[in-house]
Amino acid sequence: MNRMISKSRRVKIALLNGLIWAAAGIICLLLIGLVVCILYKGLPHITGELLTSKPSLLEGTVGILPNILNTLYIILMTLIVVLPLGVGSAIYLNEYAKNKKAVKLIELATETLAGIPSIIYGLVGMLIFVQFCSLGTSLLAGALTLVIMTLPTIIRTTQESLKTVPDSYREGGLALGAGKWHMIRTAVLPSAIDRIITGCILSIGRIVGESTALLFTAGMANEMLGMISAVTPNHAGSTLTVSLYMYAKERGDFDTAFAIAAILLILTLIINLSAKFAAKKLKKGV
Amino acid sequence: MSMTFTVCGFIAVGFVLLITIFLVVSGTPAIAEIGFIDFIFGTKWASTAKEASYGILPFIMSSIYGTLGAIVIGVPLGILCAVFLAKVAGKKSSSLVSNAVNLMSGIPSVVYGLVGMIVIVPTVREVFDLPDGANLFSAMIVLAIMILPSVISVSETAIRAVPREYEEASLALGATKTETIFKVILPAAKSGILASVVLGIGRAIGEAMAVMMVSGNVANMPKLFGSVRFLTTAVASEMSYSSGLQRQALFSVALVLFVFILAINLVLNLVIKREKK
Repeated sequence: MNRMISKSRRVKIALLNGLIWAAAGIICLLLIGLVVCILYKGLPHITGELLTSKPSLLEGTVGILPNILNTLYIILMTLIVVLPLGVGSAIYLNEYAKNKKAVKLIELATETLAGIPSIIYGLVGMLIFVQFCSLGTSLLAGALTLVIMTLPTIIRTTQESLKTVPDSYREGGLALGAGKWHMIRTAVLPSAIDRIITGCILSIGRIVGESTALLFTAGMANEMLGMISAVTPNHAGSTLTVSLYMYAKERGDFDTAFAIAAILLILTLIINLSAKFAAKKLKKGV
Repeated sequence: MSMTFTVCGFIAVGFVLLITIFLVVSGTPAIAEIGFIDFIFGTKWASTAKEASYGILPFIMSSIYGTLGAIVIGVPLGILCAVFLAKVAGKKSSSLVSNAVNLMSGIPSVVYGLVGMIVIVPTVREVFDLPDGANLFSAMIVLAIMILPSVISVSETAIRAVPREYEEASLALGATKTETIFKVILPAAKSGILASVVLGIGRAIGEAMAVMMVSGNVANMPKLFGSVRFLTTAVASEMSYSSGLQRQALFSVALVLFVFILAINLVLNLVIKREKK
């Protein structure tokens, strides 16, 4: 077969084929290089002291425990607010909305939110939450900013999972005399829960990786915060990503920066795997 | 109960309005004071100088050049990789590479910035024999890597959506597999691929942290090997210590960026709509 093709054509085909393989190879090499570089430079600097202390000039310690805690606080606070809002919004879109124009408008708004870069979220979060609501530079203001940012993800994944719930569930529930909300709560939501969890995991990934939106809302402080002060106004705190930026750019402490980068990389991997695991479980469930 | 859900439903619309109102209200005073033409087309930004000058053309041009550079480097690579994933690779290698791409899309932007600072900046300095490697070119490379995952996943979906009959018809006419890919499948998937490019533009123009760490951060008119400042990094780098008109001008910069993003979203919607037809 190959002999019937002219030589110039064969060369061209081989060239194009080579390009495809080269592109895939380059991308794999890029990722491998990235991972190896981060782990090689970061892992040796992850020590017990780093993970369990706070930065202190007096004691001469460099620690990221406050930053780890801040990241957890922000994840929890954001999810607590965004989940009811996002799931509620998706329920409205899929179960209640009758006006097609309203649905289109909401979907357009969700898409717009998804496209806005985080620097703008950071700025607007500062204007609205830090200044207008006078929460001060605080974890609370940061979390509320991230609520707006992660809302599209939660709405979209929930909406998609609600769409896959068969109508017979709804009709069955209603036929048994359940009210609409009772039917949604007992028949529709439980069978969509796996995908909602996947959406949550994706949002956690987004929150862990976010830095620009938090710079002016949650601040750059490294103080240890308790549970109570974390949710009160005017308590600033930096998450892992923000502290990585501060260590690398402001203080030139690349060892600590790479240690944080390695931790973030491992977290990303865990988040990716658990999202995949949740999605797989869903497939088996159906 | 349905009332509660209606309120939840419209909350996204409320947020978009809130963001727009806050940006317009805080962004317009400075533009009015400086003058629209001087602000947009002024080539000198010296916000802390005694005779302050607020021209943001350097930021606009740097953002545009940086994004274009990222597209030129990243898009061909991304599309070829998408072709590999959708048409060439076997099941195993395809899932391996797509896992790698997924991981890439999850890595925080500061981590890209850090690696850029430590690996790409010194490499650029040595290869091109420059005094400093933190410049527009380094920013282009980092941005190109960062937009790869979205370009790949959206183009892959578009390529997979091309009907099988197209491929079979082309093969039956005697074209080889590779020729079919480049002459039949890619043209048929072109609006989806275009959507991936527009998405990449949006990502690149909105990125702040990674760019801040590798671009040198001086408000020059863009030169490939010169230190530059993007729209995003202009806001991020001066916000914390700004005051008065300088602060208001930064809000105006954000407003300009917002207008850019809205325009890109509009184009994206048009492209997707055309594909659906």
